[in-house]
Amino acid sequence: MADATSQAPSQGASHAQTGAVARFLKATELDTRMLGMLGALALIWIGFHLLSGGLFLTPRNLWNLSVQSASVAIMSTGMVLVIVTRNIDLSVGSLLGFVGMVMGVTQAEILPDILGFGHPAIWLVALAVGVLTGALIGALHGYIIAFLGVPAFIVTLGGLLVWRGAAWWVTSGRTVAPMDATFRLMGGGPDGAIGAFWSWVVGLAACAAIILLLIQGRRQRRKFNFPLRPLWAEAFLGIVGSALVLGAVAVANSYPWPIGIVRRYAEANNIVIPEGGMFIAHGIAIPVLMALGVGVVMTFLTLRTRFGRYVFAIGGNPEAAELAGINTRWVVMKIFILMGVLASISSAITTARLNAATNAAGTLDELLVIAAAVIGGTSLGGGVGTVAGAMIGAVLMQSLASGMVLLGIDTPLQNIVVGAVLVLAVWLDTLYRRRVK
Amino acid sequence: MADKTPLVEMKNISIAFGGIHAVEDVSVELFPGEVVALVGHNGAGKSTLIKILSGAYKRDSGEIFVNGERAQIANPRDAKRYGIETIYQTLALADNVDAAANLFLGRELMTPWGTLDDVAMESETRKVMGRLNPRFQRFKEPVSKLSGGQRQSVAIARAIYFNARILIMDEPTAALGPQETAQVSDLVRQLKKDGIGIFLISHDIHDVFDLADRVVVMKNGQVVGTARPGEVTEDDVLGMIILGKCPPGATPGPGALQVAA
Ligand SMILES: Nc1ncnc2c1ncn2[C@@H]1O[C@H](COP(=O)(O)OP(=O)(O)OP(=O)(O)O)[C@@H](O)[C@H]1O
Ligand SMILES: [Mg+2]
Repeated sequence: MADATSQAPSQGASHAQTGAVARFLKATELDTRMLGMLGALALIWIGFHLLSGGLFLTPRNLWNLSVQSASVAIMSTGMVLVIVTRNIDLSVGSLLGFVGMVMGVTQAEILPDILGFGHPAIWLVALAVGVLTGALIGALHGYIIAFLGVPAFIVTLGGLLVWRGAAWWVTSGRTVAPMDATFRLMGGGPDGAIGAFWSWVVGLAACAAIILLLIQGRRQRRKFNFPLRPLWAEAFLGIVGSALVLGAVAVANSYPWPIGIVRRYAEANNIVIPEGGMFIAHGIAIPVLMALGVGVVMTFLTLRTRFGRYVFAIGGNPEAAELAGINTRWVVMKIFILMGVLASISSAITTARLNAATNAAGTLDELLVIAAAVIGGTSLGGGVGTVAGAMIGAVLMQSLASGMVLLGIDTPLQNIVVGAVLVLAVWLDTLYRRRVK
Repeated sequence: MADKTPLVEMKNISIAFGGIHAVEDVSVELFPGEVVALVGHNGAGKSTLIKILSGAYKRDSGEIFVNGERAQIANPRDAKRYGIETIYQTLALADNVDAAANLFLGRELMTPWGTLDDVAMESETRKVMGRLNPRFQRFKEPVSKLSGGQRQSVAIARAIYFNARILIMDEPTAALGPQETAQVSDLVRQLKKDGIGIFLISHDIHDVFDLADRVVVMKNGQVVGTARPGEVTEDDVLGMIILGKCPPGATPGPGALQVAA
């Protein structure tokens, strides 16, 4: 059997030039595909920075980028599971719009009459109603796909039209505003960010988590005599990981509140603004924290739970999963319920950010979400994909969109670029899979 | 053995796909500690028959009894509940996950916190693979990267790990080397000694005569006849497979060639 060959030294003399890179990749066990994506992201950022005359890589723009990415990033984590099981969801943008209208009407027109205007529970009830609505719609999609056997492509293509239409029907097209003050915190902005101090706390906690995970992983491997990464590689991963986290926090903390808001804040708290102005940092935005939270939960779900294991097994071989006794239909239905819940969370963020519920919210988001998942390494052939990759893919797609806005490119051309990038990403995925095989 | 209740009794089983009668009025039984070989030409209906027992297909008619009691087998989960484990001809592995994930698919070991216990699963996998294929070392790789024989070993490991009472092996050694095949033969004898009933599907008449207590020959979805290896020759069995002719030493079934005597 082929066991012996896999242990033989694989680096021949002809590979001498690539040897250092290959050895580095092998030692750190970094995924070349993930690295490629980060490289593309860096290129896009630097490109826009140069083209915009230095406007892209500023704390202000990067902070806004992080907030704008949150919604697509959250949905892309669910899209990973959908695509891994060889399905697709074209309805997430419309779902976002419909759920946004439901949450908007609930908090602006229904709850104030029942609970009283500005009641502290309004945001929570509205969010709960939205999440429940999303879950029910997802369940409906999932049921039709898994139990009635209608292809996901058709069901969600129908959903794309149905829920966009439904979003209009909620108020006959009228925009609902303003949103509840607490609810609005989910949209970011000076109030919807946690400030410098707590941002550092979050950043340091994340660094600690990275280091603990590395140590824990090493301990496990040693216990079961699995090959260990060299120490320098572990240190490299720990240091680079922590540096990225702290760097991101530093950027978020160097974006100050606008002067007007500082003045109002100072008046409200009886603070005298010193001579040179007062620097109050935004810190990490709440929607970004929500997205990171979703990312952690979804990563855990995919890697450490039965549900996640079944999702990948179904993607790898649906028949085998069924023969192994997995209730594959129910798993698929759960994936669509989850997708509905995630679209609702994204909807809350989008609605809060706009401070209004409009029936057009989320239009074309399905393309960004699918592109994010695919760019992030989710294979349309099924069975392969990561939550982290999809979230980075979301940042990449949003970077393209924001960068084009910054350069003053009009919407039609933006759409052309997004469409082309989606096709390009799938083509690269096909190439990559062919090479790996 | 006729005095004991059979472990499994499949009675008058039929299934058709479209117009094809893949299995027609087949009755077979299996006793504890017995190896029953199912043989027949390609497309004779062997795999289809055992897939009905393993819950993969729903039969059109017929009944299944386990330990003398009527069994409700509507899906693979039901079959496993009766202690029926299957090595499918297609292996039925999830290609994108590793050996341990496949072995425990659907029956994962969990930590006290309700998360997957990958470490425990891998260590168990190492143990059973050690019995089957001691040279196997690629525990971290998705099974799509394994050789045909290695994949087959994983499928066998999965079937024997969970203490099956009834084991179905659909061409279990088709991709194995001579040494691994011998190991599987030893395994079959060992399991037999433990009182497990085994349905063995194989095209290797030699192997079949070596391992089986009874041979059931199928042709065009029907049973030609049942024979004991001691009472007929390999050529007799070949005659049953190819011509559907039932020799004197065998018990004819509904599919036997009717010779105008
Ligand atoms: N899912 C299916 N749909 C339609 N026809 C099927 C299906 N499964 C099996 N058949 C048909 O049923 C008949 C019996 O097939 P089966 O796989 O049971 O044969 P077999 O005896 O296992 O053959 P082999 O030795 O080649 O494995 C064949 O004619 C086959 O074409
Ligand atoms: Mg077969």
